[in-house]
Amino acid sequence: MNVAAPQSTVLRMTYNTYLLLFFVYLAAPLVAAGVFAFNDSTFSALPWKGFTLDWFFGSTDPKVGMFNDRRLLRGMTNSLYIGIIVSAMAVIVGTCNAFLFERKQFPFKNVLYILMIIPLVIPGVILGISILVFASMIANGAETSLNLDLAFLRPGMFLVILGQFSFLTTITSLVIAARLRKFDISLEEAALNLGASRGRVLATVTLPFLAPALFSAFVVGFLISFENFNTTLMLVGSDAPLTITMYDRMVKVGSTPVLNAVSVFLMVGSGLLAVLSVLAQRNRTGE
Amino acid sequence: MLRNDATKLSLILLMTPFILWIVLLIILPQLGIGYLSLREKLGPNDYKFGFANYVDFLQEPIYWNTLLRTAWMSILVTILSLFVGFPIAYYIAKIARRRSRAALFLLCLIPLWVSDLVRAFGWIVLLRETGIISGALQSVGLIEGPVELLYNDVTVVIGLIYTVVLFMIVPLVSTLDGMDNSLLEAGYNLGGSRFTVFRMIVVPYAMPGIVAGCIITFMLTAGSYLTPILLGGKNSMWFTEQIYDQFITRYNWEAGSTFGVLLLVFTSFVVWLGLRLTGQNLASTVAKD
Repeated sequence: MNVAAPQSTVLRMTYNTYLLLFFVYLAAPLVAAGVFAFNDSTFSALPWKGFTLDWFFGSTDPKVGMFNDRRLLRGMTNSLYIGIIVSAMAVIVGTCNAFLFERKQFPFKNVLYILMIIPLVIPGVILGISILVFASMIANGAETSLNLDLAFLRPGMFLVILGQFSFLTTITSLVIAARLRKFDISLEEAALNLGASRGRVLATVTLPFLAPALFSAFVVGFLISFENFNTTLMLVGSDAPLTITMYDRMVKVGSTPVLNAVSVFLMVGSGLLAVLSVLAQRNRTGE
Repeated sequence: MLRNDATKLSLILLMTPFILWIVLLIILPQLGIGYLSLREKLGPNDYKFGFANYVDFLQEPIYWNTLLRTAWMSILVTILSLFVGFPIAYYIAKIARRRSRAALFLLCLIPLWVSDLVRAFGWIVLLRETGIISGALQSVGLIEGPVELLYNDVTVVIGLIYTVVLFMIVPLVSTLDGMDNSLLEAGYNLGGSRFTVFRMIVVPYAMPGIVAGCIITFMLTAGSYLTPILLGGKNSMWFTEQIYDQFITRYNWEAGSTFGVLLLVFTSFVVWLGLRLTGQNLASTVAKD
């Protein structure tokens, strides 16, 4: 008998009903956003007018599908581009941080560790404005005193990348450090004793061990970057990523089912990536 | 000697990206908005330093009312998330069998992988005047005409709980998971009622998870932007919206920075207070992956 479980039938049924309701609550908005992507109507609302894929592939007005919508496509490319750069940077710096905090001893280590975690608890909007302000200060300074025009420090893709990088690095550092902590240092010592150089040990022993964590850190980073809104909103220029494009569309034009189609695309995309990262984690435990 | 130099060199090499990241992207920008918030604009390129922006904030009731409203709604959402999430976490950690446990946990995480924007959009599709729920209620005959379920505080709270409850469940599951059932048995054997056992054994045991969950939930709620704006509409009065408004719409960066500093100070204060009252620390609660 499980002592933790409720013992009376009534209580157990109430509990199970609550669980069910909770999962309905979790699923409801996602289902609602998804279903109308396939409705053959120009409004994402009932009644159901039949199944269609026009909101994905349609090319004639009024049903221009997302894959034929130039602004949405451009947003998607921008998101992809930003996501790859940001997560690659965050994984590289995250790996350095993991080695720094797991392997090295230095003064003020605890204070610096807390500093590393802090970006996670600063609201995204504030990270966004603070980087905007700081970058503009530098850009203005360069303009007035050196007569230099540092266009990349004005709102745009470069600042979006910096903004997302600023908090993603904390996440990648934590993921990679957790893996590095499990590493048996005697493996490295054995390789060194056998005459391998430091660099060779890193390349053939330590990094292959870290590979699953590096991979999932990259995937998680990419997902968070792709879906980020708050920080990006403050730093965005003319080359807006997908979430911003979609938000503009929602606020200014009102919603058409093409937004549902984008939602489905995002859900399926992130679902696949999440499965990928779970699989990578599973290999990790299988060793 | 050579070995020592190599160690030092590798420390410097590893330290450099960390320092660049923290100093250039976190510390200096935060100091930057602090600096800007202390600068009062008198005219083009004419500034005076002082607390004028903060005085403005205090003298304009709509500003501090918005901050207070954001604060108390965030606290409300945090508490409600705890009540909504606790039974779920308890079920996953203590009641579900091994196999269904992993599945339930994954189910809980699904919304986490979906953008905030998509979730809010889903709520809009469900709740607006022409939405599914309004339509369903009409066809059942419970209501006469279409009903607008968006743009009120209840909807905002429901939407916010939806976005943050997972961050409550995850730390709760990981703490409750470590609780040995024999603790409960001992409690019952000593004559404790279900309620007593829950209050005296389960809750104290889960405390680190509760604190971690509450902190993350609170920070996320207070800093959220999309859900209150999209579900609350024009009158949502959310503080992050004020910040956006000052920065982007009115181009008053001094006031925007002031608001940013206030939000940061305020949320940090609440988190600090929470940690202080429960005797936890930041590194162990947030970074416990």
